[in-house]
Amino acid sequence: MAIYSKEEAKQIMEKALSFSTADACEVNLSGSESGNIRYARNTVSTAGHRSNQTLVVQSNFGKKSGTATIDEFDDESLKKVVKRAEELAKLSPENPEFMAPLGPQRYDESITYVDKTAKITPEYRAEVANSSIEPAAAKDVTAAGFFNDSTGFSAMMNSSGLFAYNQATDASFTVTMRSNDGTGSGWVTRDFNDVSKFNAVEASTVAIDKAVMSKEAKAIEPGKYTVILEPAASVGLLGNMAFAFNARTADEGRSFMSKEGGGTKMGEKIVDERVNIWSDPLNPEVPTGTWNGSGQPLKKTSWIENGVVKNLAYGRYWAEKKGVDPVPFPNGFIMQGGDASLDDLIKGTKKGILVTRLWYIRTVDPQTLLYTGLTRDGTFYIENGKIKHPVKNFRFNESPIIMLNNLETLGKQVRIDGNLVPYMKIRDFTFTSLSDAV
Amino acid sequence: MKRRDFIQYTGLGAGALMMPSLLLGNDIPAEALLNPGMDVAIKKKMADVALNTAKSLGATYADARIGRYLNQYVFTREDKVQNVVNTESFGIGIRVIVKGTWGFASTNSVTEDGIKKATDQAVAIAKANSKFQKEEVKLAPVKSHGEVSWKTPIKKDFKDVPVSEKVDLLLSANAAALENGANYVNSGLFMVNEQKYFASTDGSYIDQDVHRIWPTFTVTAIDKGTGKFKSRQAMSAPMGMGYEYMDGLASEKLKGPEGLNLYRGSYDIIEDATIAAKQAKARLTAKSVEAGKYDLVLEPNHLGLTIHESVGHPLELDRVLGYEANYAGTSFATLDKWKTKNFKYGSDIVNLVADKTQVGSLGAVGYDDEGVQTKKWDLVRNGVLTNYQAIRDQVHMIDQNESHGCCYSQSWNDVQFQRMPNVSLEPGKEKYSIDDMIKDVEKGIYIAGRGSYSIDQQRYNFQFGGTVFFEIKNGKIVGMLDDVAYQSNTQEFWNSCAKICDKDDYRMFGSFFDGKGQPSQVSAVSHGSSTTRFNGVNVINTGRKI
Repeated sequence: MAIYSKEEAKQIMEKALSFSTADACEVNLSGSESGNIRYARNTVSTAGHRSNQTLVVQSNFGKKSGTATIDEFDDESLKKVVKRAEELAKLSPENPEFMAPLGPQRYDESITYVDKTAKITPEYRAEVANSSIEPAAAKDVTAAGFFNDSTGFSAMMNSSGLFAYNQATDASFTVTMRSNDGTGSGWVTRDFNDVSKFNAVEASTVAIDKAVMSKEAKAIEPGKYTVILEPAASVGLLGNMAFAFNARTADEGRSFMSKEGGGTKMGEKIVDERVNIWSDPLNPEVPTGTWNGSGQPLKKTSWIENGVVKNLAYGRYWAEKKGVDPVPFPNGFIMQGGDASLDDLIKGTKKGILVTRLWYIRTVDPQTLLYTGLTRDGTFYIENGKIKHPVKNFRFNESPIIMLNNLETLGKQVRIDGNLVPYMKIRDFTFTSLSDAV
Repeated sequence: MKRRDFIQYTGLGAGALMMPSLLLGNDIPAEALLNPGMDVAIKKKMADVALNTAKSLGATYADARIGRYLNQYVFTREDKVQNVVNTESFGIGIRVIVKGTWGFASTNSVTEDGIKKATDQAVAIAKANSKFQKEEVKLAPVKSHGEVSWKTPIKKDFKDVPVSEKVDLLLSANAAALENGANYVNSGLFMVNEQKYFASTDGSYIDQDVHRIWPTFTVTAIDKGTGKFKSRQAMSAPMGMGYEYMDGLASEKLKGPEGLNLYRGSYDIIEDATIAAKQAKARLTAKSVEAGKYDLVLEPNHLGLTIHESVGHPLELDRVLGYEANYAGTSFATLDKWKTKNFKYGSDIVNLVADKTQVGSLGAVGYDDEGVQTKKWDLVRNGVLTNYQAIRDQVHMIDQNESHGCCYSQSWNDVQFQRMPNVSLEPGKEKYSIDDMIKDVEKGIYIAGRGSYSIDQQRYNFQFGGTVFFEIKNGKIVGMLDDVAYQSNTQEFWNSCAKICDKDDYRMFGSFFDGKGQPSQVSAVSHGSSTTRFNGVNVINTGRKI
């Protein structure tokens, strides 16, 4: 039994704290049950189930801290783990950046747990695989996919009176469909807290259609093109950008957020004024927990408003040093979209490229946030408002900052990897070479 | 912990870095790393419980892996220790074949009861999956080894070296970097000991003690006026060695161009941090490269990553067959190309070998994780594709009957599968040094160290950066370059291989956390080579304004 209720978790943690003799003690209790199925070559390859539970104890003497972990919660085990954390703390070097545990906090009630997801069975997972494999085989296509679901809880308590608890469920799915002649490939990804929103047949069909449509792609010259990026294509670049919203590296002068002559770009317009990015733990489409690993409450926070940098994330130590309030880093982001559907975006494009997905994205230059990577699993040429034919994959070298300055149109939002991201039409997206990969 | 969190946590941001939280295991005091762990006779008894239970439940094959995984990681920045992590993870993984289908389960309860339960579960999973099985598992034969053992030939066990000594060494390296013009420095020391016991129904009982180490840092220099910042990573390689790698022996050092020191089997972190600070600063004012075709002179600690991505991965048989299609991808090196026996992977001087026995390498073990004695074999000989990397249940698909011995699991908790062995480029046969090579280049770039790397899902098109770049004009290095990345196609690139330095220049590059599979698992692998020249490669300028 790896999932404890709020009351059960509280009891275990109170017990652990009662054994503490340190200046301060903080305990984190978490557990999860997860199941998965993997398939390839139109047959199931592996399936598994994993259950784990952990109690992490951090004890402090002054600025010295020690951490110990255990997965058994009887009194003897709790005593042992607290003692070990204290021994480790006494032996460890001082951390000048140590911050004392937070006192009691108020958290919003999260909406991350859905009972139906928690009750997924091995039979359900097998049916997901079957929903890909059967229609694929019927269309001369080969499916390779992975479905994973998990139910978990996390709780935190410390000697200053803080207590936090959350339960969450998650189901995620990806499938790659390859045409049996090896010339076409399609892919789809879905993720939900509530598995009743997931339709394996619908998702698999999208990938199969792309595999068939992308057969026998034609090569066109690399260069700057107008692109329609599906949310799965832009989420990687946007996520990397969001992750770089870090006040400390910006202040230290080693971030794209650092400014010539010192200082940061806070308050400056860095992208098109239609760009708005925020985080919101209570958004019903992409809910997250309402507190982070340091016990700080997570609230709706604006990061970019009308193209202007509104916030950078400040850890507790750096916030104190700079004399500002800490701004916790979010667990996901939301980018404002528009009304246009994918069809609308295609119809309004004279000449362009539709991109399903960008892959193997790596930093080229952190100074300009330049990334490279490749298109994959469905890249199509658009002419006069219609998809004309599939094109060979491209390598790109592009910065999300340049990309968001070249914004043409915002389309509808879609949940992707726990974020809400719109379809986007972008001009002058830089493709630097061709790839023969299918 | 997500990979990203880990990178932020350490501030290292090193490439190919993956760190699943489960690998960290439970935190323990440093002294507890010295505990001997379970006696080998008890391990045999426990493994037999799994094997006998599996057989009694109808398994036609079973193996058991009892693993104790000890890690020690030290992280610092500038004059501060950020964290010292000591962890231990212990348990057993049981794999069975029932009705021609694999089943796997694991438990950290290494008792008769716990093992019986896990074996039951592995058999139940195999039975359930057999309903969907369309390709029955066929295992290549393996001889029984009886009771054997193997140990990484280390001179100094990291567990015997006090943490304070490690912390002092990193802080001294940081201080050297700061004194020489660096604004920031993050350094880390990763040390791993895998104590693995393997037993199978084929009659092998194998006890292995595997060690790995990786010292690394990132030095950053800033020009506040222009707002520019540049970094330089360590020229170390992760190694299959003990703490003796940190001795900094002069005999294991090679002189590179422009004051660069290159390290073979011994690393001087303080000296490298000193040079790194100067080079990070120099990068701030280095000339931005003019895009075009150049002859590239690639240093082994750089070329290793190119070998990893463009040779190691495409020749993994599971990728070729489509088992990794939804994650890592497939491969351009298809079976029909291999069957022609004349597929030119590279030029005539290109000889690429797979080797699980190479001393000092990350991939070296005596036996793989399914009890196959390790060996060395050709992948590309005289430029022609000759073989793949395959394990017991795969070799029959390429009409072979002997496993290559490259099966691996990251822990007792995960099922073993095919992983990349060390894949290396053989040195040139005639006497030829780095200096000789530079003299012969008219218009070229010398690239050292790892940088940005990206390659497509079938391993055709790639783009690589590096740590430092020097321009070569008419046989001489004329200065530092920046904003360099090269783009090529795997087959075209290896066919442009024009010259390879001799064995005196041979060194290993390594990847400590190479990811593959769903759920993802990491493994560690080395790639050896000597400095090598590739003619007429397309170089792009990566400088941008935002």
